[in-house]
Amino acid sequence: MLTERQSEYIKLALPKGKLLPATACLLNEIGLKFDNYTQETRVYRLQSTRYSNISGKIFQEKDIPIQVAVGNYDFGICGLDWIEELLNKYPASPLVKLADLGYGRGNVYLATSLYGGPTQDELANKQICWRIVSEYPNLAENLALSLRLRRFNILPLWGAAEAYPPENAELAVLWAKNEAALKDKDLAVLRALLPANAHLIANKENWQGKNVSQVMSYFSRGLEASNKPWQRVKTRLPKSFSSYRPNPNGDKIWLAVPDGHQQEPALEFLTKAGLDLPGYSAEVLNRRPSINLDWVNVKVIRPQDMPLQVANGNFDLAITGKDWLLNHLYRFPTSPATELMELGFGKVRIVAVVTQELPAADINDLRKMVQSGKLSPLRVATEYIDIADKYLHDNHISKYKIIPTWGASEALLPEDADLLIENTQTGKTLAKHKLKIIDNLFQSTACLIGNRDSMKSVHKSEKINFMVDLFRRTVANN
Amino acid sequence: MENLKCKGARDMLPRDTARFRYIEDAFRRTCLAWSYQEVRTPTLEYLNLFTSAGTLTPKMLSKVYSFLDWDGWSGERVVLRPDGTIPVARLYVENLIQEKTARLFYVTNVFAFEETGKESREKWQGGVELLGSSTPVADVELILLATEILRSLGIEDFELQLSHAGLLKSLLRELRPDTNENRDLVTQILDFDWQCLTRIQTSNSGVSKVLSLLLNSRGKTSGFLSNLKTLPKIPVALKREIDNFAEVSSLLDATNCKYQIDLTSVRSFEYYTGLCFTFLLNEEKIAGGGRYDNLIPIIGNGDTPACGFALYIDPLIHLVQPQQQAPDKGIAITIESVTPTATRYAFQLAASLRKVGYVTEFTISGDKPKWRWLVTVRDKPIAFRITDQTQNQKFDATSIDAVTAILGDSA
Repeated sequence: MLTERQSEYIKLALPKGKLLPATACLLNEIGLKFDNYTQETRVYRLQSTRYSNISGKIFQEKDIPIQVAVGNYDFGICGLDWIEELLNKYPASPLVKLADLGYGRGNVYLATSLYGGPTQDELANKQICWRIVSEYPNLAENLALSLRLRRFNILPLWGAAEAYPPENAELAVLWAKNEAALKDKDLAVLRALLPANAHLIANKENWQGKNVSQVMSYFSRGLEASNKPWQRVKTRLPKSFSSYRPNPNGDKIWLAVPDGHQQEPALEFLTKAGLDLPGYSAEVLNRRPSINLDWVNVKVIRPQDMPLQVANGNFDLAITGKDWLLNHLYRFPTSPATELMELGFGKVRIVAVVTQELPAADINDLRKMVQSGKLSPLRVATEYIDIADKYLHDNHISKYKIIPTWGASEALLPEDADLLIENTQTGKTLAKHKLKIIDNLFQSTACLIGNRDSMKSVHKSEKINFMVDLFRRTVANN
Repeated sequence: MENLKCKGARDMLPRDTARFRYIEDAFRRTCLAWSYQEVRTPTLEYLNLFTSAGTLTPKMLSKVYSFLDWDGWSGERVVLRPDGTIPVARLYVENLIQEKTARLFYVTNVFAFEETGKESREKWQGGVELLGSSTPVADVELILLATEILRSLGIEDFELQLSHAGLLKSLLRELRPDTNENRDLVTQILDFDWQCLTRIQTSNSGVSKVLSLLLNSRGKTSGFLSNLKTLPKIPVALKREIDNFAEVSSLLDATNCKYQIDLTSVRSFEYYTGLCFTFLLNEEKIAGGGRYDNLIPIIGNGDTPACGFALYIDPLIHLVQPQQQAPDKGIAITIESVTPTATRYAFQLAASLRKVGYVTEFTISGDKPKWRWLVTVRDKPIAFRITDQTQNQKFDATSIDAVTAILGDSA
C-alpha cells in the first residue's frame, strides 16, 4: 500500500538556457537525476533515471511559471524574475514559491544609459513621456505606476533591452548579473528591483491536494546540505557589448539587423551588398556595430521586436521576417511599418500543427472536434499570438485559449497544447516529434521593412532609397 | 450550463433596470432643478490621464482595465474609465474652461478589477461636479443637493460623515516633512491604513494632540473644530485648514444639516484637497465626494478650484422602494387569422390606441394576455371583437373609432 501511495505521478518543468547547467548539477547531487538533461540535449521529455513515476519537460524559463500555474506541472524551476512577472499581472495565479535555490544569481534592474540618462531626481520630477523597454512589461508597468511617472509608454521586448537606451528609450527594465555587468553595456542602475535567483515553485492546487513529498524531500535534502556544488556552476552567458557613440549628425538613418538564427544569413547578405559591419559577429556581438557608410547607424536587436520599433520611428529600416511583420500588422492594422522587399533568405512556412495521433486531417476536422466539445477549449501554443488569433477567428474556432511561448513550442504537444502555430523549414523536426501539419498559413522570408512616414521625410528619403536600391541589386545578383 | 457571462459582469433584469431608472430619474430631475447640465464622456480614455500624482493611487491603478488600442504601437495605453470625476475634469479643461463656473452632472459606469468576481467589476454612479468655485457655499450646495436627491428617493435616515483632505494632508506634512516619505504615507492612508499614523513619533505636541483628538473623537458641530484650533502650538498651515473645515461646518449647522466629523471617513481618492463627505445608510456608502482644487491644474494648467460627488447607484438599487405608479393601461390585440387586411387593421388599431395613451401588446404564440381588454381583429365586415376578460363580456365594432369609443373610459 505504501509503495502505491508513493508512486503518485509527479511532473517537473525544467529550464533550458542559462539555468540548465546548475539545475542539472543540483538534480544529480540530490539523487533526482534526469536522463538527457544536458545543454546538448535534443529531446524535451525527460524521465527520472531512478523513478518511473517522475518525469520532466524542458521549457524556456519564461514559460515555466505559466505551465506550473495552469497545473500541467507539479513543480517548476525558474528565476524569481519570471515568477514575479506573472504574479505582477495575475496576483491570484495558483503558484507556491517553495524555496530559493541559491543559484542563477542576478537582479532585475531599472537602468538608463551612462550617456545622458536621467538622474533619480529627473525621474521623479521631469515632465516627459518616459519610454520604458523591457522583457518584463508587467514589472515595468507596476514600477512606472509606483514611481508615479506622469506619462510613460511600456515597449515590450523579446530581448536585447540593453541596446535601446538612450536613443530609443529613456529607461530599461532588465536582468543582469550585477551592476558591473550593466556598466559594461553602457548602462547605469537607477534601482535594483528584485533578485532573480532560481526558485522552486509548485502548483498550488497540486501542492494542497496531492502527495508530492517524494520529490520535495530530495530538494530539502539538497538545501540542507553543507556542500552545494550547484551554486558554483559557472554559466556561460552569450557575450555581447555595446559601444555607444554620440551622434552629432542627426541626419543619419537607423538600420536594425537581427541577432539569433537570422544573424548569419543576414551578415552574408550584407557582405554581398558590399557592406562591412565590424562587431556584427557571432562570437562577441557588438549591439552597435559600425558600418562603412557614415550616414547609417546600425543596432543589433531581436527580429521579433523590429516591426514595433520601426512603427515607433526608432529605426528607419530593419531586416526581419515577414512572419513578425504580419504578426505586428494583425495587432496594429494601421501601423506605418511596411514591407519594402523580400531578401530571399530565411524561407520558412508558417503552419498549423497537431499530434499525429489526433484524428484531424485539416482545420475543418479540428473545428468539428472543438464544436463537439472533444477539444474545448482548444489549447493553442504559439510565438505568433496575433497570427494565431486571426487564423482561429478566420476559421471560426469558437472556443480556444492561447498559450504564449518563447520558442521550442513543439515540446508542448500533445500534453500541454492541442494545436501549434509554428514556423518550419522542412517539417523534419515536426515529424521527429510525431507531429503533423494540417494547414499552411503562409510562406515567410527575411524582408526589409521600413516606416512609411520616415520615407516621406525630406532628409531621409534619399538615404533610404539608396539602401533599398543597393539591397534590390544584391537580391537580383543572388 | 456553462457560464456564458464574463466573470465579474452583471446583467440588469427588468425589475432592477426599473429601479435603476427610478434612481436615475430622481437624480436627473433634482440636478436639473439646481441648474446643473448633463454631459457624457467616452468609455475609453488614455491611461496617462489617471497616472499623475494627485489623481489615482497606485493601488487603484493596478486594478484598471488597460490595454493597447489597435493603433497603440507607441505603447500608449487606454483604459476603461476607472473614475467619473477625472474625465469630466478633462472635458471641462478641453471645452468649458472659459465659462469659469460650470455645473455638470452625468450618469456613468466605472470599471475596476475585483479579484473574486463575486462583486461587479462595472459600477454605476450619478456624478455631480461644480467647477470654478472655491467658496464654502459650493461645498454646502453639493451636500444639500445630495441630501435632496436621497430624500426624493425616499431615503431619510442616512448618516453624513465629514472629513477634510486638506487638514489630513497638512497633518501628514507636519509629521513627515520629506516629500517622498510623505507621498508614501498619503498613499498608505488612502489605501485605508490609518494605523500607520499612530506609529509616527512627532516632536510637535500640538500636532500629535490634534491628530489623536481627530482620530479618536467624533465632532457633531463646527464647535468641535473651533475647539481644536484653540489648542496650543498649532502650526499656521494646520490652522488654515481647520478654519476652512470649520467654516463649511458652521454653514451646514446654519442649514440644520446633521453630520458627524470623522477624519477617517475619506477613502481612496487622492485628488481631494478640502472638505470630503460620505453618506451612509445602514453602514453602506451610498454617496460621497469632496473638494479637489488641484486636479484641474494637474490636467490642464488652469487654476480652477472644483468640488463634486457621486451617488452610488448599485447599493441604492437594493435600498430604494420605487413608489407605486398608476399601472399602465393596456390592451391586448389578437389577429384571428393572419391575412394582409387583418394585419393592417390590427396595426392601425394599435397605433390609434397608443396615441390615446394605451399600451398595446400583440398576443402571439398563444400566451394568455395580461390585460383586462382583448381586441380580436378579423378580416370580416365586423372587424373588431372586444372582450372584457374580467366581466366576461363581448362587444363588436366595425371601425377603429368605434373601438376607441367603446374602450374610451372603461379600460
